[in-house]
Order: sequence, then structure tokens, then C-alpha cells
Amino acid sequence: MSAVTDTVRVAPAANPVSQSIRDSLVVAKRNLIRMSRIPEMIIYGLIQPIMFVVLFTYVFGGSMQIGGSTSAVDYKNFLMAGIFAQTVTFATASSGAGIADDMHKGLIDRFRSLPMARGAVLTGRTLADSVQTALTLVVLAVVALLVGWRVGSDGDTNLGKVLGAFGLLLLLGYAFTWIGALIGMSVRTPEAATSSGLIWLFPVTFISNAFVDTSHMTPWLRHIAEWNPFSATVQACRVLFANPGQSQSDAWPMQHPVWASLIYSILILVVFRTLAVRKYRSATA
Amino acid sequence: MPGAIYAEGLVKTFGDVKALDGVDLDVPEGTVLGLLGPNGAGKTTTVRCLTTLLRPDSGRAVVAGIDVLEQPDAVRRSIGLSGQFAAVDEYLTGRENLQMVGQLYQMRAKAAKERAAELLEQFHLADAADRPTKTYSGGMRRRLDLAAALVVSPPVMFMDEPTTGLDPRNRQQLWEVIKQLVSGGTTLLLTTQYLEEADHLAHDIAVVDHGRVIAKGTADQLKARTGGERVEVVVHEREHIQAAAEVLAGFGKGDTTVEEHMRKLTAPVTGGAKLLAEVIRELDTRGIEIDDIGLRRPTLDDVFLSLTGHVAEAKNEENDKEAAK
Ligand SMILES: Nc1ncnc2c1ncn2[C@@H]1O[C@H](COP(=O)(O)OP(=O)(O)OP(=O)(O)O)[C@@H](O)[C@H]1O
Ligand SMILES: [Mg+2]
Repeated sequence: MSAVTDTVRVAPAANPVSQSIRDSLVVAKRNLIRMSRIPEMIIYGLIQPIMFVVLFTYVFGGSMQIGGSTSAVDYKNFLMAGIFAQTVTFATASSGAGIADDMHKGLIDRFRSLPMARGAVLTGRTLADSVQTALTLVVLAVVALLVGWRVGSDGDTNLGKVLGAFGLLLLLGYAFTWIGALIGMSVRTPEAATSSGLIWLFPVTFISNAFVDTSHMTPWLRHIAEWNPFSATVQACRVLFANPGQSQSDAWPMQHPVWASLIYSILILVVFRTLAVRKYRSATA
Repeated sequence: MPGAIYAEGLVKTFGDVKALDGVDLDVPEGTVLGLLGPNGAGKTTTVRCLTTLLRPDSGRAVVAGIDVLEQPDAVRRSIGLSGQFAAVDEYLTGRENLQMVGQLYQMRAKAAKERAAELLEQFHLADAADRPTKTYSGGMRRRLDLAAALVVSPPVMFMDEPTTGLDPRNRQQLWEVIKQLVSGGTTLLLTTQYLEEADHLAHDIAVVDHGRVIAKGTADQLKARTGGERVEVVVHEREHIQAAAEVLAGFGKGDTTVEEHMRKLTAPVTGGAKLLAEVIRELDTRGIEIDDIGLRRPTLDDVFLSLTGHVAEAKNEENDKEAAK
């Protein structure tokens, strides 16, 4: 068996970084084509946040105390940052379900047998989901404007800051899709990925400053809410939009929300991307 | 020189299921190995280990001269895989699926496009090329999956039950494609449930059962192992079975088996067509009317049953003993 040891050495592919980008884009394109052929998914993805905007605005508006005021207008302006942030996190479920579906259908096996960059299948999917998230945000912002949301309702802001807020939202959404990717790689069926992708999002998005003023919470809950990574992005958006109800808490993420949002999102992104890609490499469908 | 596909002592355990229990393979370059075996024998697991999808617990494998465990990425550049279940994106069209696979094999977009068009033509999918594959029949999906495995004409190919679900015409056509590939120098490992297919395409056959290769050789060698030719007689009248059995006993080289309900008798013989003529004459002399008579050589089905059936029986006996305790 000595002859067997002289195996051929194949040179590594040209440039791993450019290959990785190229492969990710090929997979992202595939997922975008897919999404465009299942328009009902996009529609349902839009209906839910729009419903939240309308319901929260008209049901809770006027009965919630925001920064000492119970004005319905203040609540509306307070609310939108929370709804936007909650909406971007829902991409988690979509990524998870998509990847679990690929596993289930044997597509992950096909990809794993191809000489492509290791993370590209998951990166492609998460990028495609972010494109959809961006689209959803645009529609949602229009609906928000229609029901009366205004930036600069509580101070000064400018276009750069507003776009910066949307940038932070997209980054948060992108980081969360990697949590979805890990879930998708870990569960057996797309259905399980959808439900396990959503369930934990409810406590994360509700034990936060998204819909209520945290200063009215019991102290231990308030603590969790103020350090919740999700709250940091919501607070950052309120600051950048110059909307009312910004937390006055001493908690570091509430005092430096833009930095906190960036750090949290990048941390989530790096940790979950690493875990998901590792899982992908050893996946056995 | 080891073959284009070489495996030594592959072991893979899933929980308490030993899927592979020391698989050895050696497929010379430019030949076809047919991997036969009953359900659950370990065929797919073997293919998955050789195509870098699964890491064996122990053993080693070399594909296209590259160590599978050490350089899986390099192996992926040299192989094509068509798995047991068609892996195509159902919302993409046939063309989009093939273009995507081409690009992921690192082809330029334009080259991938041209190659996709060629393959769609070759696999008779041109008419359906621009429909989402969700609308394809099972056989069409299967063909698209095979086309995807052939995008870069890799030197080593793996096909896990490639013709399962294909109609006879498409099966024939796929056989032609495979023959062309192999005559062009491709090495192929193919698993199949159709023994006729292995007989037709494979230079060598390995029979797998319980995660081990229990027999290997050419189709002829395996058939010879199972035994020589036999005479089969179907008599017209049930009453004639006894008399016919006596005749066969005179010519046979072993015990005659009788299937009463089918009025069929089988006896191992040597002597070929000449002997067959003598048997017919003798039956005629005794006034035994026959419906059918023929000389049968063992088929791969016989080989398969005698090899794997035996192992299964031995296992059952063990279980019975266990149960008796
Ligand atoms: N991922 C897995 N997890 C657990 N058990 C597995 C897994 N994959 C295969 N097995 C087991 O390993 C054994 C061999 O399976 P394998 O799929 O290799 O068989 P096969 O020869 O391809 O069968 P078939 O003809 O049905 O396709 C079976 O007992 C199967 O249940
Ligand atoms: Mg199988």
C-alpha cells in the first residue's frame, strides 16, 4: 500500500476571499430568484409588521405613558423604532426555514460536494434575507409615515442620521439571520426551524424598550431590558430619528446606544456565523 | 498505482448502527465499479464518505489521487456527484439550476451558461429548460440532477442509484451517456438496485452487505461462484411432475428442485445445448408434455440472493437462538 501515499497535491483555488464573495453572491442570487417566485412569502412578511403598526398605534396609543406623556402622537413616534427593530429580527425565522429546507431536500449535500467556499451557502442565504428585510423596511417606513410617524418630532435630526438608523437596523437583522442559520442547520425540518426561529424572538423583543417605557418595569426586568442587545438598537434609532421616549437610564447601552448597537450586532454576527459555518462543515443530513 | 477511487478499511458508525464495517475498494482509472447491496447495506454511506460529505470514523480514502480526509477541497474539484435523491432547487428553472452549479464549480458565468444549454440538450430537457423544476416529473428531476453532476466532466464520478425512477427509454439513454463518459476516461462508481444495470455497465462489481464488501469480481466471475447452468422444465400436467423429476435426476449434477404450484422443475447440469436436446427427447419418449423448457445461466439476481440471502439467514438464526434463551 506504499504507492497509495504519493497522492496528488492540488493547488488551492486562486484567492479564497474573492472566491468566497463570488460564491456567496451566486447563492444569494439563487435565493432571491426563489423568493421572487414565492411572492406570498414576501406578502405575509409585510402584512405582519404593517398590522403591528396599525394595531399598536390605534389600540395602545393614548393609554401608554411615554416619558411622562400619554399623548397618542408621542406613542406613535415612540413606537416605530421598536416595530422596525422587531421586523428586522423576523428574518431569523426565514433564514432558518430556508436553510433547514435546503438540508431536508438534499441541496446542502449537493453544495457540500462542490468546490465552493465553505461559508457561501449560508452567507448567500443571509444576504438574500437581508435584501428582503430592506424591502420590508422601505414599505414599513412608508406605512409609518402614512399613519403619522415623523422623524425629528423630539429634537433635531438629519438625513445622514436617519439613514444611519436604518443601517443599524439592517445590521441587527443581518446578525440575527445568522442565529437563524444556526437554527436551520440544527433542526430537522423547515417547520421546526420556523417555530424555533420565532418563539424566542417574542421574549427578546418584548422584554425591551421597543413597545413600552422601561422605567415602569420592575427593577430586575428593567435591568434585562436595558442590557438587551435588541434594546440598544431601538434606543439608537430613537436617538437618530429624534423620536420621543428615549431611555434616561444610566445603563451603558442606553447612554451609548449607537456604539452598543454596533458592538452587539457585530458580536452576534461573528459568534453565530462561526458556529453556523462550523455546523455546516460537519453537517450530515 | 492505486485506482482512481481507493478505499481502505472505511468504518462509520451512527449511534449503535455500524453503517460501514471496513469497506475496501479499488477502482482502476477509466473503469466502472458497480456497488450492489440490499437496502441499508451501506452503499450511500460509502458514497458519502468518498465524496467528502461524511467523515469516516477510521480508514482512508483516495479519490483522483487525492487524499479525501486531508484535502477534501481538492477532491471536490475533481468529482461529480449525483446523490440517491435528486438535489435540485424546485423554484429555479432547470437552466438556472445548472448555471448555478457551473458557477459554483468556479466556471465563468458565460461558460456556465453555455454548458447548461449543452447539458439540457443532451438530457432531453431543452423543452422544459425554462420552467421551475417544481413542475418536472420525477424522472426529469433525476436527469437534471445527473446533468448537474456532469457540469465540469470531472475525472471521477459518483452516482447513487442513478436510474431509479427512470423509464426504460431514459434508462437506456443514461446508459449511453455513461458509456460515452467512461470511454472518455472517466472513472465511475455507481450504486444500483438493478443487477441488469451493473451487468451492463460495470467492469467490476462489489457486493456490499452489513457495511462490508462480501464479494467482488466481474459479473461473470460472480455468476460462476454462484454455480453453473441449470435446466428448467415446466410440465403441462401436475401428474407428470414425478416422472419429469426422474428424467432430470438422470441428467442432473445435483438435486432437482420442484415448485409444485408452478409445475416447475430445476436441475443443475453441465453440457449445454446438446444436453438440453437430449432431455427434450427423453421427456418426449416418456410422453411427458411440457409447456416450457430452457437452459438458465445464473443471473446477477441469483448472485445477489445467494450472497446476501445467506448472510441474512445466518443473522436470523442467531436472533432465533437469542430469542430461545
Ligand atoms: N445519518 C444517519 N443516521 C443514522 N443512521 C444512518 C444514517 N445514514 C445511514 N444510516 C444507517 O446506516 C445504514 C446504511 O445506510 P445506507 O444509506 O448507506 O444504505 P444503502 O445501502 O444506501 O441503502 P438503500 O439501498 O436503501 O439506499 C442503515 O442502517 C442506515 O439506517
Ligand atoms: Mg442508498
